[in-house]
Amino acid sequence: MVIILSLIEFKNVTKQYKNGVTALYELSLEIEKGDFVFIIGSSGGGKSTLIKLLYREEKPTKGTIIMGGINVGKLRNRSVYKLRRKLGIVFQDYRLLPKLTVYENVAFALEAIGEARGNIRPKVLKALELVGLKSKVREYPDNLSGGEQQRVAIARALVNEPKVLICDEPTGNLDPAMSMEIVELLSKINETEGTTVLMVTHDKTIVNKMKKHVIALKDGHLFKDYKKGEYVDEIL
Amino acid sequence: MKFFRIIGRSIRDAFKSVKRNFSLSIASITCVIITLIIVGVALIITFNINDFTTKLKKDLSIVVFVSNEADNFDITSLETQIKAIDNVDPDFVTYQSKAEIKEDMMKNNETFKNIMSAWDDDENPLQNTYIVKVIDANKIGETATAIKNLAKVTRVSYGEGMVEQLLMAFNGVQKFSFIAVIALVVVTTFLIINTIKLTIFSRKREISIMRLVGASNISIKLPFVFEGMLIGIIGSILPIILVVYGYYSLFDIMNGKLLTDIFTLVPPSEIVFKIGAFILLIGAVVGMLGSASAVKKYLKV
Ligand SMILES: Nc1ncnc2c1ncn2[C@@H]1O[C@H](COP(=O)(O)OP(=O)(O)OP(=O)(O)O)[C@@H](O)[C@H]1O
Ligand SMILES: [Mg+2]
Repeated sequence: MVIILSLIEFKNVTKQYKNGVTALYELSLEIEKGDFVFIIGSSGGGKSTLIKLLYREEKPTKGTIIMGGINVGKLRNRSVYKLRRKLGIVFQDYRLLPKLTVYENVAFALEAIGEARGNIRPKVLKALELVGLKSKVREYPDNLSGGEQQRVAIARALVNEPKVLICDEPTGNLDPAMSMEIVELLSKINETEGTTVLMVTHDKTIVNKMKKHVIALKDGHLFKDYKKGEYVDEIL
Repeated sequence: MKFFRIIGRSIRDAFKSVKRNFSLSIASITCVIITLIIVGVALIITFNINDFTTKLKKDLSIVVFVSNEADNFDITSLETQIKAIDNVDPDFVTYQSKAEIKEDMMKNNETFKNIMSAWDDDENPLQNTYIVKVIDANKIGETATAIKNLAKVTRVSYGEGMVEQLLMAFNGVQKFSFIAVIALVVVTTFLIINTIKLTIFSRKREISIMRLVGASNISIKLPFVFEGMLIGIIGSILPIILVVYGYYSLFDIMNGKLLTDIFTLVPPSEIVFKIGAFILLIGAVVGMLGSASAVKKYLKV
């Protein structure tokens, strides 16, 4: 018998925002270490809320969220950084610093957590190599294509070698070809680095093609949890 | 080890960021300069008023006129009694016999000399006196009354009424200038907090990314705290130079006094160092507190 311990566990998680809107109802799910998961669902379904709960941008109203042994919901404000260091986070809008070069943007993440000076350079270059941007280290974000900017953001998320990479619509601003490249990059990272990847997306083509674990949300409820390869296009 | 690395990096970042956000830094620094100059001037005024009031209070004394009927024994026993009164400073109870007073007056004035030289001890119409200094000038009235009630005292004089009014006025001015300095420091703090908030607002994104990638709150705060301190220190240089140089010049031009001989200015060497240090301290501390409080908002979830 093989016992697989889940890395991420949601137990009866309800999230109600201050304005009274309930974004998630009694949500329970498990994600294993090394998994690649798509989170899909209609707009307003609670996908971003799920992500925000994971990196403790929001706190659950009810239920527990465990990530790598950390009880995320119970985490004190001043201890949030401990969780964030185990995570890499990527957004649709890249969130790069325009005044810093590609290299500096990635190094910024290590500097912010007090990494020893000598380690910064090799780690940054390794991350940029992984995303295929080693030739652009001196460029500024504004001079890069959307896909390239998103790669910089991914490099920044990866540079501290996180256990989990969470991406909220990372391809939302990209054309289909570039989107595919980004997803393939994430899939490569998942395979070669063993990083668990969670990716929120609206792009059915990508989800259909990749044949990964898919979690579908609808109006704040778990609509269906498709194991790897089970996903078939349904109308949500 | 890591702690020192964070401190070192924070200081480096502070310098970098002041340079990088130059125009906003200039705005904050200008604001600091202007308010600190006002604080400096207020401090000079306060120091001088304080000095003047203390001097005035020190000079205040009660003249006790001893009855001419008192013999030597009475006079010594009166001294003991005066010294026993609470508010009397026992080290400053000086006896002046009428002969001494006569001598004094004759030394100072020719006319007096001509008249008084003719008096012998019995004819001398002056009275033996005690000059008494008090510890608390504000209670001089009560003390004078207490002395007046002693045996063999005919009269006491301390410039009744006038002295009390003057003291009240100066107590008022002293309190007012103290409150004014405090108020100015508070206003400075708010001004600095607001300008620094502006600087920090323009770096919201930077802060949110730092939080996102797992920087601890303290390591996010620290560079801003040092930056605020740096802005405060840079902003205090010009006010210090102005206040020090300005006060030295004023002192020279005015010959060390303000219009009359009574109001002497405090010699610059006695206070400029204190005021300079105080301005620097206010600049640094207020800058630090300002940015610490401004950045706090972005560290909540
Ligand atoms: N900060 C907030 N305060 C109040 N309500 C919110 C907040 N964020 C989201 N909501 C509400 O919660 C619900 C779920 O929002 P969420 O952003 O999680 O959806 P989503 O699945 O990410 O949608 P989309 O695909 O459009 O990004 C929506 O009804 C939304 O209006
Ligand atoms: Mg969303």
